[in-house]
Amino acid sequence: MTVGVAIQAVGLSKWFGSGETRTQAVKDVSFEAAFHEMLYIVGPSGSGKTTLLSMLSGILRPSAGSVRVEGVDIWALDENRIADFRLHKVGFVFQDYHLFNKLTTVENVAIPLILRGQDWNDSLKEGQKYLEVVGLANRANLPPSKLSGGEQQRVAIARAIVSAPDILIFDEPTASLDGDTGRKILEFVRTKVLTEQRCILTVTHDDRIYEYADRILKMEDGRLIGSEKGGAHA
Amino acid sequence: MRGILRIGYRLLVNDRGKFIALLLGITFSVFLMIQVTSMFAGMMKKASATVTNTGAKMWVLDSSVTNVASSIPLPDYVLDAVRSIHGVKYAVPLYSGAGLVRLKDGTYQAVSILGLDDTSLFGRPVLLQGQISDIYAENGFLVVKDEEFGKLHNPGIGTEFEINDNRGVIVGIAKVPASGLFGMPTLYTTFSRAVQYIPSMRYTVSYILVEPASDAAIPGIKQEVAKLGYESLTEAEFIDKITHWYMFGTGMGINLLIMTGISFVVGLSISGQTFYTFVLENLEKFGALKAIGAKGRELVYMILFQAGITALAGYGLGVGLCALLIALAKFRVRDYASIITFNNLGMALGMVLVIASLSSYFAVRRVLRIEPFDIFRG
Ligand SMILES: Nc1ncnc2c1ncn2[C@@H]1O[C@H](COP(=O)(O)OP(=O)(O)O)[C@@H](O)[C@H]1O
Ligand SMILES: [Mg+2]
Repeated sequence: MTVGVAIQAVGLSKWFGSGETRTQAVKDVSFEAAFHEMLYIVGPSGSGKTTLLSMLSGILRPSAGSVRVEGVDIWALDENRIADFRLHKVGFVFQDYHLFNKLTTVENVAIPLILRGQDWNDSLKEGQKYLEVVGLANRANLPPSKLSGGEQQRVAIARAIVSAPDILIFDEPTASLDGDTGRKILEFVRTKVLTEQRCILTVTHDDRIYEYADRILKMEDGRLIGSEKGGAHA
Repeated sequence: MRGILRIGYRLLVNDRGKFIALLLGITFSVFLMIQVTSMFAGMMKKASATVTNTGAKMWVLDSSVTNVASSIPLPDYVLDAVRSIHGVKYAVPLYSGAGLVRLKDGTYQAVSILGLDDTSLFGRPVLLQGQISDIYAENGFLVVKDEEFGKLHNPGIGTEFEINDNRGVIVGIAKVPASGLFGMPTLYTTFSRAVQYIPSMRYTVSYILVEPASDAAIPGIKQEVAKLGYESLTEAEFIDKITHWYMFGTGMGINLLIMTGISFVVGLSISGQTFYTFVLENLEKFGALKAIGAKGRELVYMILFQAGITALAGYGLGVGLCALLIALAKFRVRDYASIITFNNLGMALGMVLVIASLSSYFAVRRVLRIEPFDIFRG
């Protein structure tokens, strides 16, 4: 079932600041993530989860260590190539969504395709399809501000997957949702978004959604302190 | 690339309130700038009316002359000397002065009087009515039918009047390209009659009008005239000299500068502020775009595009508004002076581009500094 290694992190570390205030947010983290795997990174606030996720997804340059995505050492690429890597390989669902309220919902969804240089109308058509996937086809022409929190989360997911990325990144996907909505979203992600060619990395500390994970990595104080099977295999 | 510009356009235009504020700022600023500079240009056109209407290629004058209306008479020998300069095809005297006309009802009206060289009538206006040769008739004067014509109670051919205690009679109605700055009607007569009727100093020649044999002869003529202790200017140079004097020799220039400066500051503060606020409000979203994979360069182009659209739209509206208002004003007030020149348009465009560049400079700096990681951390 598992196709192969999607992400390979070796000895990842990150320091912030300098002198007195110099702190190490991530300490020598190594692990692998596979395609068709839904991997959670959990731990207390401040334990370095977001920092780790950023280094894995081409957003934050590590102080030490390397990240290979499908065999490519991403931090050996120059700035433009890394931006292209994010644009073509990674889908992001930000914690507070970052949707444009001055654009329509479907335009928001189409942004990654537009950034890729795809024709505007084709991008919107594709966006519309993905709005259907997340069950919001009838909201296409509203601004996201008119939608509920759960709906906005689904719009953000549609935007993250519209460009069919290999790696999908969720940071605290249920943080601003009520329990039921959160579970529904993750169930949806588990059943509809996770594919054989895709690896989903999720940072959370919401144990109500552990049941959708394949594997859960535990972090504390910047270190990986253990790993356990998620509820999906219980 | 086109896609992200379109995103930028939608973000800008859909932010109705800010977009309108931006446009208003630029429009208002352009409107004021063009309005005030057109007014000045219009006044300068009037100030140089005698020069343009006469149509001489070159003018010889006392170098202390600041504007065509205040001439300083030249001794007669200068005319002979100029005539003998190599490269001068011909040279004729022009009388330019002012007189007082006593109208039938006993009221007085100041007029400007131009006296044309008796033999050539060089610089004569186009006649609407009458024969040019009648200017030689006893007491013959031509009157210019411009906005000031009514001040002489709309005379016709044959109308008699008194000018500086001499009799005068209208023998022709003329038209000229530009009318003067001082709101006075204009009369033409011959040089000798003008000198005879209007009290003058020992010297009578106000200007010498020169036709050079060719354009190549102009520098040589200038040199020779300078040797005589006088100045010779081409038509364009004379107009420049007059404009320069009004600009710097009177309070007009500094006022023009202040008004233009104020307009610029108004535009910059309203639009620059608003644009910066617009960008700040969208900063996180731009950061999200960067995280998704937009390059810094693309975001910069987007910002420049947004600033550019606003600047050009505002510029167009400002110019349109100004043109409309001037047209309306001219419709109501016939000698309303304003003229929109290409210089004014260019200057306002330049100012608008400066406003847009300054606004986007600060915006771009902010956008380039966004770290996707900060957006990601929330
Ligand atoms: N830009 C930064 N500058 C300084 N310290 C930072 C920065 N980003 C994160 N940190 C620190 O790194 C640690 C880990 O942060 P983060 O990865 O956001 O934790 P988590 O996502 O697990 O809550 C925290 O102590 C945080 O204060
Ligand atoms: Mg975090």
